[in-house]
This record gives sequence, C-alpha cells and structure tokens, in this order.
Amino acid sequence: MTQNAAPPPKLILRFTIIGLVIAILATAFAYVGGWLDPGRLTPDRMINTLEDNAGVHEGYRRNHAKGYCVVGSFESNGNVDSLSRATVFETGRVSPLIGRLAIPGGDPHANDGMPPIRSFALQFQLPNDEQWRTAMNAMPVFPVSTPQAFWELLKASQPDSQSGKPDPAKMAAFFAGHPETKPFLAWAKTAQRSSSFVNVEYNSLDAFRFIDAGGTTHFVRWGLVPEAPFTPMTEAQKQDPDFLSRDLRERLDKGPQRWHLIVTVANPGDPTDDATLAWPADRRQIDAGIVTIDRAQDQADGPCRDINYDPLVLPDGIAGSDDPLLSARSAAYSESYNRRTREEAESATSSTQEPRS
Amino acid sequence: MNPRTAGTFSLPARLLHWLMAIMILTMLFVGVGMVATVSERHVWLVQLHKPLGIAILALVIVRLLVRWRYGTPALPADLPPWQRAAAHLSHWALYALMLAMPLIGWTMLSAGGYPVTLFAGVTLPDLVSPSPTLYSALRFAHTWLALSLFALILLHLAAALYHALIRRDGVLASMTRSRKQP
Ligand code: HEM
Ligand code: HEM
Ligand code: HEM
Repeated sequence: MTQNAAPPPKLILRFTIIGLVIAILATAFAYVGGWLDPGRLTPDRMINTLEDNAGVHEGYRRNHAKGYCVVGSFESNGNVDSLSRATVFETGRVSPLIGRLAIPGGDPHANDGMPPIRSFALQFQLPNDEQWRTAMNAMPVFPVSTPQAFWELLKASQPDSQSGKPDPAKMAAFFAGHPETKPFLAWAKTAQRSSSFVNVEYNSLDAFRFIDAGGTTHFVRWGLVPEAPFTPMTEAQKQDPDFLSRDLRERLDKGPQRWHLIVTVANPGDPTDDATLAWPADRRQIDAGIVTIDRAQDQADGPCRDINYDPLVLPDGIAGSDDPLLSARSAAYSESYNRRTREEAESATSSTQEPRS
Repeated sequence: MNPRTAGTFSLPARLLHWLMAIMILTMLFVGVGMVATVSERHVWLVQLHKPLGIAILALVIVRLLVRWRYGTPALPADLPPWQRAAAHLSHWALYALMLAMPLIGWTMLSAGGYPVTLFAGVTLPDLVSPSPTLYSALRFAHTWLALSLFALILLHLAAALYHALIRRDGVLASMTRSRKQP
C-alpha cells in the first residue's frame, strides 16, 4: 500500500488530541466506577466490613447468615386493595410464599439465644412473573437512618482480636455521636428474647409507597402480627444453640403457623425517610390478610437459599420510599448474593453436585 | 490528503450508530456507577439500566437488518491490510457485544431468580430457570464483557479520530455526512 499523501501539519498536536480524548474518557469511567475514589461507601466496602466482623463463611449470607427456609401462602382479604393496585392484594387471592426465618449476624453457626432480634423474609409469587420480596426484623425501629451510619456501627462493633467482643469504648462513642439510635437503645434495654420464631411481630421498618388504581400514592409500613402468643426464651432453651429451629419444627409438626399482614398508613408529615422513628400509635392499621407457613426446610438445600430478599423487588402497586436505607440494602444484598452464589458455584463444580434441590 | 472513501453510511445506519453510541456509553457508565454506590443513585441507575439495555437489544437487531439492506461504504483503497482487518474484526466484535450484553443481563437476572422488571407493571418472561451456577457465570461475564466493550470502544474512537485527524480520508465523514460521492 502506498501512502500517496504527505502527513498533515502539526502531527504531534494531532496525536496528542487523540490521546487526550481517550485519556479523559477512560478517567471519567474509572471515576464513576469508584476506582479513583477510595473514600466512597460502595456495596463492596459494606460487605467487606461485614466479613471483617464475622469472617467469611462461604456460600452463606453476609448478614442474617443463620436461618431456615419456610414455605406457605398469603391469602388476601381485599382490605388494602383501595390503597394498592398490586395483584397480591386482590380479594381472595392466594399467593405462594417462600420465606426465611433467621437471626441477624454474619455467623451461620451463631447461638440462637444471643441476638435479641429474629427476622422474617418473604417472597410472594404473583401472576405475570411479578414478585414481592420483603425482609422484616422483629423490632420496632432500626438503630440508624443512613447507610453511612450503619457502616460506622459495623466498624464500631468489630470484635476485638483478643476478647472476641466489640470494644465497649468504641460502641459508646458511636452511640454518643448518633443520637438517632436512642429509640432503638431504649427498646433494646427492655426487649425480651422470644421463645420462638413464630410468636413475635416482624416489621418492614423502612417506609414504602402503595400506589392505588388511580395512581395516588400512600405511604405505608407493614408488619406481621403472629397468632401465637408471645412467651420469652426459657432457661432450658438458653442451653440449646439451635432452639429456634427445634421449636419451629415442633410447632409446624402440630400445624401451620399464622401471622396477619398489618399495613400501617402514614399521616401527612410522618417521617418516611427515617427508619429510626416509629409512627404514632394511632395511625390507621389495616389487616390485609393471612400469612400461613406450613413447613420448614434447612437452608442448605431449601428453596430460600438462592433468593436475594432485596426489599426493592416489588410488584406494580408497591414502590420504595425516600428512605436512604432501601437503596443501600438493595446494593449490598446484591453484592452479598454475588459472593455467595459464586462460592456455591465453585463448591458445586468441585463436588460435581447439583446445586439446587 | 489521503484518497477518500467512496460513499457514506445510509441515513438509518448513521442515525442508529450515533443513537446507540450514546446509549451504550451511557449504559457502561451507568453500569459501573450503580454497582459502586450504596446511595440513592443506585436505585434509579438500576431502574435506568434495565430498560435502556433492552432497548439496545431491540435496536441492534434493527441495525443489523439495516446493514444487510443498505450495505456499507468501502474503506479507503490505500488502507493497509492490517488496519482493514482490524476495522472489520472490531466492528463485528462491537456488534457481537451489543447483542450479547443485554441478552446476558436478561438471562443473568432470570438465573438469579429475579423478576426482570423494566418499568412498574412491565416484567419480561424468565429465559432460564434459577441456577446459582449459571447466575454466577453470567454475572462474571456481564462485568468482563462490559469492560472489554469499553476498551474496544476506546480503540474504535481512537481509530475514528486517527482517520479524521491524521489520515484525513473521509472515514469519519462517512458516518457523519450524507455525501454520496467523495
Ligand atoms: C444499610 C443498611 C443495611 C445493610 C448494609 C444490610 C445488609 C444485609 C446483608 C448483606 C444481608 C444478606 C443478604 C443476602 O445475602 O441475601 C442482609 C439480610 C437481611 N437484612 Fe439487612 N441490611 C441493612 C438494613 C436492614 C434493615 C433496615 C432491615 C429491616 C427490616 C434489614 C433486615 C434484613 C433481613 C430480614 C435480612 C435477612 C434476609 C434473608 O433471610 O435472606 N436489614 N442485610
Ligand atoms: C448494552 C447492554 C449492557 C451493558 C453495556 C451493561 C453494562 C453493565 C455494567 C458495566 C455493569 C457493572 C458491572 C460491574 O462493574 O460489575 C452492569 C451491571 C448490571 N447489569 Fe448490565 N449492561 C447491559 C445490559 C443489561 C441488561 C439488559 C440488564 C437486565 C435486564 C442488565 C442488568 C444488570 C444488572 C442487574 C447489573 C448489576 C448486578 C449486580 O447488582 O450485581 N444489564 N451492566
Ligand atoms: C464515541 C464515538 C464514536 C465515533 C467517533 C465513531 C465513529 C465511527 C466511524 C467513523 C465508523 C465508520 C467506520 C467505517 O467506515 O467502516 C464507525 C462504525 C461503527 N461503529 Fe462507531 N463510533 C463511535 C462510537 C461507537 C460505539 C459506542 C459503538 C458501539 C458499541 C460503535 C459501533 C460501531 C460499529 C459496529 C461500526 C461498524 C458499522 C458497520 O460497518 O456496519 N461506534 N464508527
């Protein structure tokens, strides 16, 4: 091939321009991707911090690691269908459920008696491939209102290498610097540990929006109120690190367990972006239907194992609020899910075992 | 000045090229940005990522039909063979990635058991049944093919500027103007 033309004038300048354009685009990409911004709170850093605190337990969730799969259904009574057009709330509709009962913390072999909190996650299967996922905790308020504060709380509660316990001075300093934790601390001081997964109330804590058939938005929180009466953890149970699963099986052997799905509707002006603040007790509460759990299964081979209970997997008619924890949960749960499914895939190929039962 | 290319890309090809160039660059920035923050940006970027990605899938199919129907202008006759080969290879790699990325995104979400919701009320059907092994392989591919796509686009952009500023052979103009003849 012959180059039948002379090179253009200012050749070096021309190459420099090309180089600059490429460098600027590549730098912008690296910045947006967080590679030039080590101070940013990324899902990666959040999960690394959870792993720093509890260790890496391959294949398990990075938080609420110890839990059990449960299966059942939700029967709607139609009471909230004027607030949300979601099909799950149609009168009489029965939606299949895959749930997970768990305790908080990253250790899958933790002692059930340690944490004062139990958790309940649910996936409602709806028509047209829609789903509603929710992950609820048995407490009235969350300790913090922002992802940054949650991360600082994780940092402050990192176990000391010597004692294996969080440094009380760091914890005290954290709580002193975060007055929004007061309602949670007040609850934690008097809260009694329950004897069972099935006799406590679970709460969404974060606010959400219901969207009705006319497109109007209603701010809500929801929770599950059990039919089984509350009884505290017994002395005998304290000796058994797995008493919650034992109790769950015993109760399910006797029959299905039920909760009422209670929707609380905000008044104008109620905080919707702050999970540390409960709404006043006189807010309208609507019983939307009954959650029934029929059977339980180990999470190692149960149907909840490979579900990410991302609180922002929502059907038409339900949407997130301006609560900043929701976005952080969605991002962090996904990173946790990515890590644990990768570990599962690796262990499945090494043992040539079907990963999903 | 070098001899010019004969002809230009057809109007639909040019419109699709520039529309999709903006969409794909947006997708790459949105993608790396949304997995790098826990702030509220995460949610709305994910809500943009999924429908925009599926729109790219639809457009690339239209674009391949346009290419088949209208053809492409010839490269300059004096272009060294290795550059000619690089141009063809990279263009096919770009088409392959434009097609693969959204398909992987969609299949990956199905394999993860997620509903593939584009807008409130619009959920795509599952392409596969849930499998953590498949999910993690596709999730890995989605990241690394996206980074390869970005690298290839940088190369593509550098080559376009090389044609415009150094060779000045009308190749960039073939994608920007409707000149019928040089
Ligand atoms: C920024 C704040 C938070 C972070 C970073 C965080 C982090 C996590 C992570 C990483 C998991 C494991 C996810 C998985 O692998 O599937 C998890 C599970 C869970 N979280 Fe959070 N969480 C946060 C706030 C909350 C809040 C406000 C609630 C209140 C309801 C909550 C309730 C739960 C429950 C119930 C689970 C267990 C879900 C299951 O059984 O699969 N979390 N959390
Ligand atoms: C041209 C098409 C696409 C491009 C260029 C693209 C690019 C990207 C990039 C760069 C990331 C970040 C990867 C990382 O840094 O780890 C990403 C993540 C993601 N993409 Fe795409 N994507 C495309 C299409 C799609 C489609 C069609 C869907 C689904 C319908 C999708 C779903 C996702 C999801 C869910 C994530 C984040 C997953 C997580 O949280 O771990 N993408 N994408
Ligand atoms: C960012 C600025 C960009 C510039 C300046 C640019 C420029 C050009 C030029 C001048 C051509 C014609 C090459 C020829 O005559 O063979 C071309 C073709 C092409 N471009 Fe781009 N481009 C850009 C971005 C992109 C992006 C982001 C993509 C998609 C990933 C893309 C995909 C393609 C493809 C597939 C062709 C081949 C068309 C065909 O032969 O059917 N371009 N581009």
